[in-house]
Amino acid sequence: MLSSPSAAPRGGRAFFYETTAPKRTPAHGPGWNASCTLSARPRRAALAKDDILAYPVLMTSPTSSAVRFLLNGLAPVSVAAPPDMTVLQWLRTRRRLTGTKEGCAEGDCGACTVVVAQARDGALEWRPVNACIMMMGQLHGRLLVTVEGLADGEALHPVQSAMVERHASQCGFCTPGFVMALFAAFRSREAPQTETIHDSIAGNLCRCTGYRPIVDAAHDALSGGAGDAYSALEPQIVAALEDICAGPDLACVTPEGRFLAPSTREALHAALRDDPGARLIGGGTDLALEVTKRHARLPSLISLGALPHLARIEVRDHEIVAGAAATYADLLPALTLIDESLAILLRRLGSRQIRSLGAIGGNLANASPIGDTPPALLALGARVRIDGLNGPREVSLDDFYVGYRRTVLQPGDYIESVAIPRPRPGAFFRVDKISRRFDQDISAVCAAISFEREGARILAPRVAFGGMAATPARARRTEEALAGATFSNETLAKAKAAMAEDFAPISDFRASAGYRLRTAQNLLERWRLLALGADMEAAE
Amino acid sequence: MSVVPDEARSVVGKSHAHDSARQHVTGAAVYLDDMAEAAGALHAALVKSPHAHARIRGIDAARALGQPGVVALVVAADIPGVNDVGPILHGEPALAVDVADYVGCPVAVVVAETHEAARRAADLVDVDWEPLPAVLGYEDAIAAQSYVAAPQHLLYGDAAAALAAAPLTLKGALDIGGQDHFYLETHIAVATPHEGGQMHVWTSSQHPTEVQKHVALVLGAPQAAVTVEVRRMGGGFGGKESQPTIVAAIAAVCARKTQRPVKLRLDRDDDMIVTGKRHDFRVEWEAGFDHDGALSALRMQLAARGGNVADLTPAVMTRAICHATNCYYVPNVDLLGLSLKTNTVSNTAFRGFGGPQGMIAGETVIDSIARHLGKDRDAVRRANYLSAERGLQTPYEQTVSDMIAADLMARLEIDADLPARQQAIAAFNAANRVKKRALATVPVMFGISFNMPSLNQGGALVHVYTDGSIQANHGGTEMGQGLYTKVAQVVAETFGVPMTFVMPTSTRTDKVPNTSATAASSGSDLNGAAARRAALTIRGRMADVAAELWGVSADAVTFRDGEVSSGNHVMPFAELANRSWLKRVSLSAAGFYATPDIHWDQTTLKGHPFYYFAYGAAASEVEIDTLTGETRCLRTDIIHDCGASLNPAIDLGQIEGGFVQGMGWLTMEELYWDGDGRLRTHAPSTYKIPGSRDAPPDFRVHLLENAPNRQETIFRSKAVGEPPLMLGMSVWLAIRDAVAACAANPRAQIPLDAPATPERILKAIEAVRA
Repeated sequence: MLSSPSAAPRGGRAFFYETTAPKRTPAHGPGWNASCTLSARPRRAALAKDDILAYPVLMTSPTSSAVRFLLNGLAPVSVAAPPDMTVLQWLRTRRRLTGTKEGCAEGDCGACTVVVAQARDGALEWRPVNACIMMMGQLHGRLLVTVEGLADGEALHPVQSAMVERHASQCGFCTPGFVMALFAAFRSREAPQTETIHDSIAGNLCRCTGYRPIVDAAHDALSGGAGDAYSALEPQIVAALEDICAGPDLACVTPEGRFLAPSTREALHAALRDDPGARLIGGGTDLALEVTKRHARLPSLISLGALPHLARIEVRDHEIVAGAAATYADLLPALTLIDESLAILLRRLGSRQIRSLGAIGGNLANASPIGDTPPALLALGARVRIDGLNGPREVSLDDFYVGYRRTVLQPGDYIESVAIPRPRPGAFFRVDKISRRFDQDISAVCAAISFEREGARILAPRVAFGGMAATPARARRTEEALAGATFSNETLAKAKAAMAEDFAPISDFRASAGYRLRTAQNLLERWRLLALGADMEAAE
Repeated sequence: MSVVPDEARSVVGKSHAHDSARQHVTGAAVYLDDMAEAAGALHAALVKSPHAHARIRGIDAARALGQPGVVALVVAADIPGVNDVGPILHGEPALAVDVADYVGCPVAVVVAETHEAARRAADLVDVDWEPLPAVLGYEDAIAAQSYVAAPQHLLYGDAAAALAAAPLTLKGALDIGGQDHFYLETHIAVATPHEGGQMHVWTSSQHPTEVQKHVALVLGAPQAAVTVEVRRMGGGFGGKESQPTIVAAIAAVCARKTQRPVKLRLDRDDDMIVTGKRHDFRVEWEAGFDHDGALSALRMQLAARGGNVADLTPAVMTRAICHATNCYYVPNVDLLGLSLKTNTVSNTAFRGFGGPQGMIAGETVIDSIARHLGKDRDAVRRANYLSAERGLQTPYEQTVSDMIAADLMARLEIDADLPARQQAIAAFNAANRVKKRALATVPVMFGISFNMPSLNQGGALVHVYTDGSIQANHGGTEMGQGLYTKVAQVVAETFGVPMTFVMPTSTRTDKVPNTSATAASSGSDLNGAAARRAALTIRGRMADVAAELWGVSADAVTFRDGEVSSGNHVMPFAELANRSWLKRVSLSAAGFYATPDIHWDQTTLKGHPFYYFAYGAAASEVEIDTLTGETRCLRTDIIHDCGASLNPAIDLGQIEGGFVQGMGWLTMEELYWDGDGRLRTHAPSTYKIPGSRDAPPDFRVHLLENAPNRQETIFRSKAVGEPPLMLGMSVWLAIRDAVAACAANPRAQIPLDAPATPERILKAIEAVRA
């Protein structure tokens, strides 16, 4: 149910603490947010719960010691949550809002889907997210809407009533997640088209219905045209969120650790200096798994989400520059300019929930051997701009990966941005992803190619793969086989043979080595058909 | 029970929304983990074996017990009663004693103040392991005659002689992968100790009575001291038939030891690693047939990996054997079922319960014969259907009296426009080198009733209150399939009141005792009939009150539209309820139902195990990418037989959902075990069930009309939970056909196992091109 503006914030239970004014004391030490008692691993046991409001947090600039956000309308929440407390954990165990479910705790089933709105240019941008892998600090300055926040009294939200009328729930456990995913689409005024409906629920698994009634319900709800109770509240919500965002930086400190969200480069560097053991969090979609899957603690997090320059996206004639914290959701329109196949890849990267949070910098720094964007960015010749305590520098993505899950990043470094060259007119570019399931699956093989053309000749080919080696990597011998040649059957055969020399992939549960190599070779065949302009389906 | 014409019914046969639909969409539906925890409640987490087979030399919990919030460590020695949760056979421990025999085997439990504290502390329990040799695969288990239960052998006619005499013979083999249930709600139980040694257990279980029995057993308590309750599950699919006993028994032992309420909720990885799945099968077969493809003999060995203990494996194997000939008459049959004991998680019930594995083996025989003869697969089927001319007896010697599979297939061919579409596909394939399409059909005949006759009983408890409101309670459980809704419809229909009068309440062993699992598709058959009887008992008493009041015969009293009437006399139902109370007439009744006409001999595998059969037919069109093996299902048409449907919307949901689940089993869902017996696909990031884009974009499902069950089931409906899953075989067969479209030799056999993952498809394409 929607909370009214007059609704008082609740709280005061167990491990979260209502705070209104940050405790300020004189500066101590070099850090912008240094604390005399905080180390990388705060001494949790040393503090009694009741001590928290007197907890000595030392600051040189004003900070917000509590995560401040709106919940299900205009109800303000101010909470000092442990840095590694997920939104799902808080909702279910602290706030006792149990409509949001845990199905997998890894952002793959969507049962925990909630909607987060942020104010941008005076309006709200509504995004579905997985509450199971979003940390509380990431809610600062946002509106959080859960399934309990949709119905207006007894009146169901249009999405909810469509789900009932279409018999779209059976066991009901996934249903709140579907409702919220569709609520995000509803608030975003998406057209009732089957393909975009699939996009909107690709991050939600249902084991009972077979999806047909859910898709029908989505058509109904999105065709309705009417607004909902949030339409009228939007200006007030925007004002309240802008107010929080205009306020001091978040520096939420609890006995379990701290969550900092600096908003300037200087503050970020000060935080890095202050706690070399701190972990950086962009979208957190991988980092959170350390908590939910490996049961680790993350006592010191520095969020990159409040730094405007790290969220920037610059579209230039010859390149696109993406700040490290730019989310896939924000990047999608810009990267679509490069190639439709890249847009399709991005739409298959995780789910909308993942793309709402996941940032390109994290995708690169994570150094997964499979990657999602790295093969495409390698093929495009992307350059990584690094900043941090060691000063700014730039490296080619070719040189960024140095081994299995290792990069050139040194302690104190972070990715500032990535510059992605746009293919020149007439150049060929294509990226392909091979996975067991079309949506939200990790690739067995992800592959990209770009080259210039001079007549029928291939010039400056760049071929890159994920899933074929310990890192995303260029296929250098394959490139040599292609360089300067025409894309004939003979060239294809040479390139296929070269591919077998480039890579010795491994076998695992996603695919065998043999399948990886064979599909990699077959993709050359596909690219050839595409490059020759032949109808993909046509017989040779 | 008389058959009422459809138009005369006001509630049954209508598409009422699921009774919890509104709660589902608002988040108000309460699942176990949503319930407010009692003061002092604790949380448990499992310590699991990292080895497929290892001796436990010692358990050192000092580090774990030193963690903040940790309250206790529980091991097998803490079990006050018998450490046994075996549903059929005995000796299947809840917590390992001395030896752990699969990766994930629970060996200890940490109990703590919070879920997180328990999980983290469980990681800190040090177990001293002595690894032992493990039996993991089919070859090792078969060679060692390592069985969880005795081999089952069904002999019908003389298969050896018929094979020797057959004009043509063919051999083949098929590997059939298992399947994780992937119910969205993982296993969970909350056990609360009460005075006098009583224990109350909330469980997410399809079988509360089984949970009650085993909680009583492990506690050393009488069953009467244990009350088990289930309001709803977030999905079951068979995965919550026997497996919840493990979780509930452990929670109860922890609650007994700590004397505090204990919740044990498995996270997704633990759920998938610790609890059982659909059995994977390896099938080897030999068939004798004539030039039309008519089978004269079938010999088949079905080997299933049962896992570390029997669980339900022998029963699953029995049903696999019963369905291996699907809807075909085979005069000479030799079916050998091997329930293998392996050092892997014990496999269990899963929608279809072995039927799907048996049936796909049989359909593979038909498919292989058709390819061998260069004939249309449907023509070979027509040469083999059970029929009066050919024979109507199954190998287990039940005469099939309601066979309509052939009729459904004939109708599907017309309704789905199959001949024209096959032509269009042939043209598409001729014009395209990279993409290939195919369209395939499949008939399904699925036996309804538990094979074991004793399980075919249901109970209900119905109360009418003085305001006319009604509580409908029964022994069945709600896992999303709409059972509570269907039973409420039956009760509302019986009392002639709108659905709004009827309140379904949670399933409890203290309301309806000694129940069967809500399984084998039997939920509405058993519990609907029992509830109908309970309601009829009360209605009869109320009719007597009205009859006396009005001076009419009780037979002349009708209950309709919330009113009770006879001639000119009319009274609201609520008023009659109150008047009955004033007359000191009981408004509460239990109802009981036992399926008639069934018997079974588990030794000879002969009898009449099924009260009736449910039928369906499907046609699916697929497209494969011959460069990568990727596949899409483009269109599916289904005609399915639900008898006189109790609720067409709910039945449609069962058909569509079952089909997609079956399709997932045979295409993208792959359980990958490594060489050490570890399951490497144990979460949705690695184990892929179908998403919305994987369901057929053109999906045309029809319930067979005007087809009341010939048996006297509840309002002549048919069971629908499991049969549609097997319609997913049409997708797998279509993929085989699409691979065949690449073949150099049109009569080539298709070396494609299940699931047909992109990798297997690509491999098959390369094999047939060679």
